[in-house]
Amino acid sequence: MELPLTLEIILKAVVVLAAFLTLPLAIGQTEHKVMAHMQGRLGPMEAGPHGIAQLVADGIKFVQKEDVTPAAADRWVFRLAPAVALIPYLIALAVIPWSAAWVAADVPASLLFVLAVTSVGIFGTLMAGWGSGNKYSLVGGMRAGAQLVSYELPMVLAAASVAMAAGTLSLTGIAQAWSWWWLVWQLPGALVFLVAAVAELQRVPFDSPLADSEVVFGPYTEYTGLRFAFFLLAEYAGIVVMSLLFTVLFLGGWAGPWSDTLGPVWTLLKATLVAILILWLRIAWPRVREDQLQRLAWMVLVPLALVQLALTGVGVVVWG
Amino acid sequence: MTDYLVVLAVTVTGILLVVAAAGARRLLAPHDPQPRKLTTYESGVDPVGSGWGQGAVRYFVYALLYVVFAVDVVYLFPWALVLRTDLGAASLAEMGIFLGVILVGLGHVWRRGLLRWV
Repeated sequence: MELPLTLEIILKAVVVLAAFLTLPLAIGQTEHKVMAHMQGRLGPMEAGPHGIAQLVADGIKFVQKEDVTPAAADRWVFRLAPAVALIPYLIALAVIPWSAAWVAADVPASLLFVLAVTSVGIFGTLMAGWGSGNKYSLVGGMRAGAQLVSYELPMVLAAASVAMAAGTLSLTGIAQAWSWWWLVWQLPGALVFLVAAVAELQRVPFDSPLADSEVVFGPYTEYTGLRFAFFLLAEYAGIVVMSLLFTVLFLGGWAGPWSDTLGPVWTLLKATLVAILILWLRIAWPRVREDQLQRLAWMVLVPLALVQLALTGVGVVVWG
Repeated sequence: MTDYLVVLAVTVTGILLVVAAAGARRLLAPHDPQPRKLTTYESGVDPVGSGWGQGAVRYFVYALLYVVFAVDVVYLFPWALVLRTDLGAASLAEMGIFLGVILVGLGHVWRRGLLRWV
């Protein structure tokens, strides 16, 4: 069935928005429950059956909270920061394919596009850190800037390795070129990408920009109400985007039995497992110190990513 | 081209989401600014001095390092696409030399102790 172009575009945007507003909540709820059960607790149980509506309740609470802009803050930088942190992940979600047909916007160089767009989200954190006019926020923002800059690099190098292996910059093309032995061939790159993604998301063990015992809540210290909720939403949307990206780049996306019909299900299943792995890290590991964090990026991940690049380059040239 | 229109539509949707959230907040949230409430949070005591101070210079070093490598990555992506053509083997050797030079730089930075945090 052919839809009129305008209707098709609006419909796609609405579907992407719907996915953007539900998937992060699903991840958040999973985190509540997985973390609780790993720690021998039940987690939220009151809102809905087994606390299923806990995050909806949280959202309703956040909307009703007063939105305070501190007198010392740089008003507009402070106020725009949550939007700058949030919107890039929405755009990134639009170009990541769930299957060959299930992709909202199949732009030609979508890998480059996703990497570029998600980097913009960093500005939200930096704006929050600088705009709050708070010492904790400033220190947290500086740490976030240094961390995001350092981990951006191994991540992009690992992604470049996959692009070389597939010979295309299109995410759809990369997932179609994937075959199972990439799991071994691209393993160092996959590990580098996963570690760098967790660091980009500022999740434990790489959460020193937000370290509660050192800088309160880093760049987000002064935020209240809905703006604060937006930063949290951006964090979980980031987990969704990174899990999907990892799935498409390193796990073959929708590859699996009956992928013609079950493709999106495979993508969802793999991405969920990656997301749970990211959540698990938070429960299992303590925070990495700021200097250890930088050393890991520059002395381990960057060299490892370059080794992966060499491995991929030689592999492609020798076996064509 | 249609795909970029979708990207544009999604961007507009995102902006609308933020605007709608601002509207919802205006309708539902209380608004009662008071001088004590608007002071900067500093663990309960009155804030000392300005919230904006000098940052450590080591952040600058990482920023510079990043620029060097980020520019190098810009060359990697086009290279990724020509690797399967007859340029392949020659470009692999050239890229190896290029990355090697940058790695020597990284080694030098490490040896001079710039990657040490303190």
